[in-house]
Amino acid sequence: MKRKLVIAPLALALTGVLSIVPALPARVHAATRQSALSAATISAPPVPNAAALMKKYGSKGITLTYVGDAVGLGHNRDLILAAEFTKDTGIGVNIIPQPVASTDSYSQKVRNFQAKSSAFDVMMIDVVWPGAFAPYLVDLKPYFSAAAIKQQAAGIVANDTVGGHLVAMPWFGDFGILYYRTDLLKKYGFSQPPKTWDELTSMAKTIQAGERKSNSRFSGFVFQGNAYEGLTCDALEWLASSGTPGFVVNGKADLNNPKAIAMLKLAQSWVGTISPRGVTTYQEGDAQVAFTSGNAAFERNWPYAYALNLATGSKVIGKFDVTTLPAEPGSQPVGTVGGWQLAVSKFSKNIPASVEFLRYMTSPAAEKFNAIYAGLVPTMASVASDPQVLKAQPYLKPAIANVMRVTRPAGIFGVNYTKASQVIFQGINQILNGSDPSSILPGINTKLNAILTQH
Amino acid sequence: MKKPSSFAAGTIIHRGGFTLQKRQVRLAWLMLVPALAVLIFVALYPLVRTIYSSFTDEQFLGGTTHVVGFANYYNIFTNNTNTAASYPDFAAATILTLKFTVWSVVIEFLLGLGIALVLNSQFKGRGGMRAAMLVPWAIPTVVSAQMWKWMFNDISGVVNDFLMKIHVLSAPQSWLADPSTSLAAVVAVDVWKTTPFVALLLLAGLQVIPTDIYEAAAVDGATGIQKLWRITLPLLRPAIAVTLIFRTLDAIRVFDIFNVFFGSTIGKLTMATAIQNTIVSNNEVGYGAALSVVMFVIIAIFVVVYTTVFKVEQQ
Repeated sequence: MKRKLVIAPLALALTGVLSIVPALPARVHAATRQSALSAATISAPPVPNAAALMKKYGSKGITLTYVGDAVGLGHNRDLILAAEFTKDTGIGVNIIPQPVASTDSYSQKVRNFQAKSSAFDVMMIDVVWPGAFAPYLVDLKPYFSAAAIKQQAAGIVANDTVGGHLVAMPWFGDFGILYYRTDLLKKYGFSQPPKTWDELTSMAKTIQAGERKSNSRFSGFVFQGNAYEGLTCDALEWLASSGTPGFVVNGKADLNNPKAIAMLKLAQSWVGTISPRGVTTYQEGDAQVAFTSGNAAFERNWPYAYALNLATGSKVIGKFDVTTLPAEPGSQPVGTVGGWQLAVSKFSKNIPASVEFLRYMTSPAAEKFNAIYAGLVPTMASVASDPQVLKAQPYLKPAIANVMRVTRPAGIFGVNYTKASQVIFQGINQILNGSDPSSILPGINTKLNAILTQH
Repeated sequence: MKKPSSFAAGTIIHRGGFTLQKRQVRLAWLMLVPALAVLIFVALYPLVRTIYSSFTDEQFLGGTTHVVGFANYYNIFTNNTNTAASYPDFAAATILTLKFTVWSVVIEFLLGLGIALVLNSQFKGRGGMRAAMLVPWAIPTVVSAQMWKWMFNDISGVVNDFLMKIHVLSAPQSWLADPSTSLAAVVAVDVWKTTPFVALLLLAGLQVIPTDIYEAAAVDGATGIQKLWRITLPLLRPAIAVTLIFRTLDAIRVFDIFNVFFGSTIGKLTMATAIQNTIVSNNEVGYGAALSVVMFVIIAIFVVVYTTVFKVEQQ
């Protein structure tokens, strides 16, 4: 008996460690989200149409299976909201945390859909998956009023609409922002953060030259340059803020144009000058460590990093602020959309009840709970401007929160999106590593166009 | 060393053994059935299924599967990288993997052998030393790879910090991004992680060598080097064979370190990361299966070469 008592916690600890492991490369940041925000106390909102749902489903003994969050406070949030939903409606919810690494989670859903399995009713869907999974997801449009859909950020709704069907509902959504050192801007005589990429380049140069005198590892600008999905996000921001509307325009790949070449030449010039040479291996965590340890003047990252820069051990507390990413003259600043949606499987045996659970989870009240409890960025403007949410996420001031969102071309590539994105980030990574943009971009264009005509 | 057996006893066993042997063979088969069933289920079936998939255009998600004959293999051997399928450069991946394999296995073997010889001698705290050695081996590779990635980081990494403090470097070096140091960095991590494992396998081999042979050699006036070349290494041959086979196969299948360090960077794909990319990111299960079969054949060649060179079968 005694031995069992010892083994149980050991086994628990081991599974805990193992379950964190795959998260490290991709979403290492998420697990630390809670640090600065978990203090906020808020309780789960009641289900708005509870009485009707209780009458309709309460005695049917339905139990839904929901594949939910696995990082940060996401799983706790799922537990709290699902318990409230079950209490109010009588519909049980069995929660399965998804695999932490995004590719594993993608594979899990692929296998489920290929097997036409009814095992999953409701699931979390990454912002780049609706195109691939559309054939297997319930069209939510008939279940929601136009007004309810209109509350959501239009760009994300467009992303989640495939062939006229709303296959997923936006739930929480990141977007790229610029972190900058207020103290260093002041020290080197800059009155405001950079508005254009050229301005960022020259400011970073000046600050780096000055700081290098006392700190040989100081860098002007850090971002995500590794050959992975994060670089597709960064590159989309560079291009969309410099006159190239996106990777695909009017059904054709649009990377091989003079503006894109000029912008990518600029980005290439950063590597080894204002950015460390190693930036071509950086993911979010690497860039974040450079900034939070006081070794960088500017950083491109997602909003989650705000809390990390305020956490114990940060060297930039009180010395940093955030703003929108720069844009070339004549273009608007943009932020690439990241984040998660909720969707209902077509193979579910309880589609109406599943939609009700999704309706509750993506309601304004639940998004507000999610923002305050788990520190995740709401997808509704009304929630983002809520005073309580602003208190928890001060960077959501209107000038930043309303920045133009750009989405990766997941819808148009559909099931081939991951392939297309790989073509993009491998090519851009080659450019950052020194290859000439005008020799790499035609190849990317050809491959993307070939993929577009593939299905 | 054969024990002489009396003629009488031998005939008795032979006479009565015919049916006994038959019964024993039948019993042996019966007892092997569960193990065979498991093997067929978890090893043979996936293998056959993979080989079958390699002749199709099966996709990871969606699409209907058609048999395409040898098209996948044709594309691999012509190293076709420029179609809509955007196949990885598997030739480059194979070369990189083999480079990594040779460097890491050779260094690990030499270091491991040295450590094993030291640990085989009697000294105080040997048990503790052996346990401590295994710590790198016990850490999941993906965790230690991430840890090393941070240590190699050019801004905040401890490696640069240390080398700058002792004035070996004047400015931080990008170990992973710089093509001249990136392979060395990966090999270093693999050596750090796997040398203890190699040492332990060789140590096990050393400990079954009887000490009286060394005593006899000492009496005959053999030097330390002679003992190593004439006694230790020949008797260690089975352990060396097992170690090299284990390590080589592991090194050829390397995935975690490269995946954590380089993502899908062109020119930094190993066979395993290229296959994973092909199947999951590129959605091409058929082509990925064909690549897996090619990798399987490469690994099989290594096994055959090793078993022949070390004559494992005869021992």
